[in-house]
Amino acid sequence: MKLVVVSAGLSVPSSTRLLADRLAAAVGRHTPVDLEVVELRELAVEIAHNFTNGFAGRGLAAAQDAVAGADGLIVVTPVFSASYSGLFKSFFDVLDKDALAGKPVLIGATGGTGRHSLVLEHALRPLFAYLRAVVVPTAVYAASEDWGAEGLAERIERAAAELAALMPLAPRGAEETVVPFAEQLARLGGPAR
Amino acid sequence: MQFGIFTVGDVTPDPTTGRTPTERERIKAMVAIASKAEEVGLDVFATGEHHNPPFVPSSPTTMLGYIAARTENLILSTSTTLITTNDPVKIAEDYAMLQHLADGRVDLMMGRGNTGPVYPWFGQDIREGINLAIENYALLRRLWREDVVDWEGKFRTPLQGFTSTPRPLDGVPPFVWHGSIRSPEIAEQAAYYGDGFFHNNIFWPADHTKRMVEFYRKRYAHYGHGTPEQAIVGLGGQVFMRRNSQDAVREFRPYFDNAPVYGHGPSLEDFTEQTPLTVGSPQQVIEKTLSFREYAGDYQRQLFLMDHAGLPLKTVLEQLDMLGEEVVPVLREEFAKGRPADVPEAPTHQSLLAGAEKEVVA
Repeated sequence: MKLVVVSAGLSVPSSTRLLADRLAAAVGRHTPVDLEVVELRELAVEIAHNFTNGFAGRGLAAAQDAVAGADGLIVVTPVFSASYSGLFKSFFDVLDKDALAGKPVLIGATGGTGRHSLVLEHALRPLFAYLRAVVVPTAVYAASEDWGAEGLAERIERAAAELAALMPLAPRGAEETVVPFAEQLARLGGPAR
Repeated sequence: MQFGIFTVGDVTPDPTTGRTPTERERIKAMVAIASKAEEVGLDVFATGEHHNPPFVPSSPTTMLGYIAARTENLILSTSTTLITTNDPVKIAEDYAMLQHLADGRVDLMMGRGNTGPVYPWFGQDIREGINLAIENYALLRRLWREDVVDWEGKFRTPLQGFTSTPRPLDGVPPFVWHGSIRSPEIAEQAAYYGDGFFHNNIFWPADHTKRMVEFYRKRYAHYGHGTPEQAIVGLGGQVFMRRNSQDAVREFRPYFDNAPVYGHGPSLEDFTEQTPLTVGSPQQVIEKTLSFREYAGDYQRQLFLMDHAGLPLKTVLEQLDMLGEEVVPVLREEFAKGRPADVPEAPTHQSLLAGAEKEVVA
């Protein structure tokens, strides 16, 4: 099954990417996955251009195709100013609005302190609910101190198991379909001539 | 194959001088550009229809009627006519009138407009955009084809015993193209009626245009109008030329960088690489335009955007000289090579009239 990770970490190495990798590895222990990682940092300029010119450049288009074709998604963002980062949100702003419909998504976030952990519930979960994704019940937040404490590994395992269980149910991308014209016209109550 | 130009009619400051033309200057410039198009041997002039600044062409048939009086051969068209928010009765009347004045040198391209508020400004609901395009066009077709129409629909007051006047010239309605960038429903509509499909193309990567055109061709054949290769396809293009390609890039860059729509975004280099925009020598324009056939198949109409982003009239007229004298003759010759004999030309009033007469005889 195809698992796509979207990481909005900015530094190299990044604790956001580290959390994303841990989550992906945990999913891989539950079900065989074909993994693809989308690093938004590398797409930052193309994402900005998508806003100004209305279409995705090659790298961004490839990332969008990967996301649209995934059986499951892991999305991880650093917390910026009490929410997801602008880059993270921008990637989903320029994604097709139906691309995530019905798709299982595991949400994660990182921050300097645990005081921001509810960003997952107050910012990320509503965003993905709006996009009609199926967000797994366990969201994983990693503060700096979590990397040296107990508990994070268990949360990662639980969230990964939840995502792995939902991935076989992901809708398969259908070909572009359109309502046959006569049907479309009939819905308006007019005869086709 | 037909070659021409389409204009958005934007009033944009020239970024190199800071001067903004007056509306009068811009409107007169559009007329001068259309006259030049005829002079240099182009086939089509199409004007946009907009109802918001910084655009001037809110009244296309007024402008096209004036141009019709000053030209002999040019086909006058639109890019696009708002089938969503105009009353289809008024479209039927206005363009039939234009047909008579222009001796049949008229076709139209249907579209849905470039700005959301145009719907409420004209008393419509943007969420019904596709449905408006479908219902209004179905009525427009009847108004042109049936002398007396009884009609009832969802969006307009009913008609009883209505006759749209004048009747289309020679009883032949203008040929219609449907323009859409991303809505397969519109490609489906074009295919259903056997109408033309125009992809604006200019702000989009080739693979996107290819998917839409392929879909239209497939559905055109599905509805029994011919083979997919015989479907009637038009494409946009956008060029800026100088003899020496470095000069073209240097001169066009400030216009590109400050253009409405894509200005302040990607670099000129990225944009020319990813979209049909060509900034360079006439030879480069020829090569790029010929490459459209690789993804769109043999097609019928190529329109170029030449006069936006504040380019001065003098420059635009120079561009049209080059387009008409150096580029289009080569394109005509090259596009004709290897073009299957059963791929039709774009319908014109004469060809539609001949077809109708043949039908009567048979």
